[in-house]
Amino acid sequence: MRLPAREQAELAGQRLYHFHGGLRLRHNKEVSCRSPLRRSRLPPRLYVPLLQHAGEPASALVVPGQLVLKGEAIARFEQPVAGFLHAPTSGSIAAIARHAISHPSGQEGLAVIIRPDGRDQWCALQPVVDWQTAEPITLRQKIGEAGIVGLGGAVFPTSAKLSDAHDKTIHTLIINGAECEPWISCDEMLMREQAARVIAGAAILQRATEARQTLIAIEDQMGEAGERLQAALDAFQANSRHDGRNASGQEQIRMVKVTTIYPEGGERQLIQVLTGLEVPAGQRPTDLGLLCQNVATAAAVADAILEGKPLVERVVTITGSGVHQPANLLALLGTPISDLIEQCGGYRQDAARLLLGGPMMGYALSSDANPMIKAANCVLVLNHADIAAEHPELPCIRCGECARVCPSILLPQQLQWDIRNGLLADASAHGLDACIECGCCDFVCPSQIPLTQWFRFGKAQWQQQLQEQSAATLARQRFEARELRLAAADQQRQQKLAQKRQSLKERRSRQPGDET
Amino acid sequence: MSEQTWLALAWAVLSISALGIAMGLGLGWAARRFRVEADPVVEQINQLLPQTQCGQCGYPGCRPYATAIAAGEAEINQCPPGGSAGIKALADLLGREVLELNPQNGQEKPKAVAVIDEQVCIGCTLCIQACPVDAILGAAKQMHTVIESACTGCDLCLPPCPVDCISMVVRPPAITGWQPARPAMRVVAASRNAMRAGAG
Repeated sequence: MRLPAREQAELAGQRLYHFHGGLRLRHNKEVSCRSPLRRSRLPPRLYVPLLQHAGEPASALVVPGQLVLKGEAIARFEQPVAGFLHAPTSGSIAAIARHAISHPSGQEGLAVIIRPDGRDQWCALQPVVDWQTAEPITLRQKIGEAGIVGLGGAVFPTSAKLSDAHDKTIHTLIINGAECEPWISCDEMLMREQAARVIAGAAILQRATEARQTLIAIEDQMGEAGERLQAALDAFQANSRHDGRNASGQEQIRMVKVTTIYPEGGERQLIQVLTGLEVPAGQRPTDLGLLCQNVATAAAVADAILEGKPLVERVVTITGSGVHQPANLLALLGTPISDLIEQCGGYRQDAARLLLGGPMMGYALSSDANPMIKAANCVLVLNHADIAAEHPELPCIRCGECARVCPSILLPQQLQWDIRNGLLADASAHGLDACIECGCCDFVCPSQIPLTQWFRFGKAQWQQQLQEQSAATLARQRFEARELRLAAADQQRQQKLAQKRQSLKERRSRQPGDET
Repeated sequence: MSEQTWLALAWAVLSISALGIAMGLGLGWAARRFRVEADPVVEQINQLLPQTQCGQCGYPGCRPYATAIAAGEAEINQCPPGGSAGIKALADLLGREVLELNPQNGQEKPKAVAVIDEQVCIGCTLCIQACPVDAILGAAKQMHTVIESACTGCDLCLPPCPVDCISMVVRPPAITGWQPARPAMRVVAASRNAMRAGAG
């Protein structure tokens, strides 16, 4: 018998399910996991973009020439919820100017340019002293102040996500360590080298959302990372039992290994694997009582609560066939990518293309002057052999391979026809908005149709069309309201005139009588 | 014919007529009871117009123009803000030929918003009266300003201004609203098949 969705969701992780489609890809992660995680050096300049989160760009709180300490707020954003950007190191503000900002559009944007003083001195930090007994709302506020956004790629402010989850009383927190895209190993390295931080962050997130259980999902091929994470988890649980802080009975943290298949790390795909449920279109995981957070986000949360440190650095994978010594670096936000590449032995002779993100979902950067941003999990350098000549696109032969691999169970070929012919409303009705842009359909298309590019294009066009429609509706309403108002005013004027005329007439008819 | 035959015939005629009347009444009642307000063609045309309310078509607003099109008094190529896309949508709706925009009505240009130079504005309220969507805020001898989110860029506030303090500004799209380009050629990783480990 099928259980109602929410009850089935509560059984998350007890058995594993499958999601539709997906691809088994050669993961190429080992090349960047050979050398240990190390801290990137301080560059001569840091370029901190004002747009590093989902929403409108932040506005700067500092002026050129001002001295800042590491961790001081340098910009504030209002959209989608209020939050801050922080100085990644101590130094002086050189300028607030237009610079490359690692945006998928390739456009420049405003960045705070910092000249480090080399001391890397933190401002006064205020950790939450006893987080196990702190109010969940205090934890969420602190996480918001620390400028933490989803580090898995969506860069949506974490505090807003947590508040939504708390409002909807979630039962299960899922810590997403299933980093399925080839080449990227930053989450794996983080779990391997800083497992305790991840576990602490998971426990704090559980407290902040008041979830009953936490699942840490990792891939079955992450051997060493899994062992270290389990060891850290055992140590953490022994410790908290010893402290007697487990009185609330909510400290249920478990590790679940899922099979490696791309795009398993997608929030909706991972939930389907753990619960057998699809999150309905237009709804969020919290509607099923679930919340997903990336492992890197959990680690950042641990820093924010235990040490009071805002989000100023993250682990990034520098890898690919075009770089000499692929590695994972703990890099300050704003560090130019050229600087990171240099620390990994520099480019190979045949380096040909620079991508931010992985080979499936990443986007090309036009220059390595682009800086590290919160969303940057990987810098991938491909060589000439990886990149063939530009192939001509062939007509769709309706083979249906794309539909077979689509993890969102869409019909990519149909969507592609719709968008190509400008039938955006049809594309939307066929589920365009549910596309996660994973690139699986692209990958298998024998006609080499750039399907994902079409979907990105179609989504943006559709959004623009909706905006134009709502603007037109607003203008029509305002126009009609004005017409009504003018008509009413006119009628009033006419009435007044008529009254005046009437009284004048009456006076006139009386006046001749007076004369006689 | 015998009496019986007549009777049978009368019955047949009567019963069929009764059935006909009953069904007719039923249909008549249903037609009233379940009547659907049809979307009049004027409304459908108005939906396709950009609602700029600029009057460049020669009619005082989008709805009057829609009414004129529906009545066959106006052509479908008189709306510059709607541009060629708007003309195509109208042609599709009405089953007419796609036409070029009539140059007498104006040129297609990017959407702009009115901006009042507040240093120069004398507070005469003439632009407020001209604005078809009430997007200008102000009062007599007070500074005026434009509500940008409501401005349709119709240019109607420009001619009445006695001190020429209003200018039309094209706002560059914000970076958050950038549009990815329409895909053209593609780049394929040659090692694409080598990347694949097995059937998914």
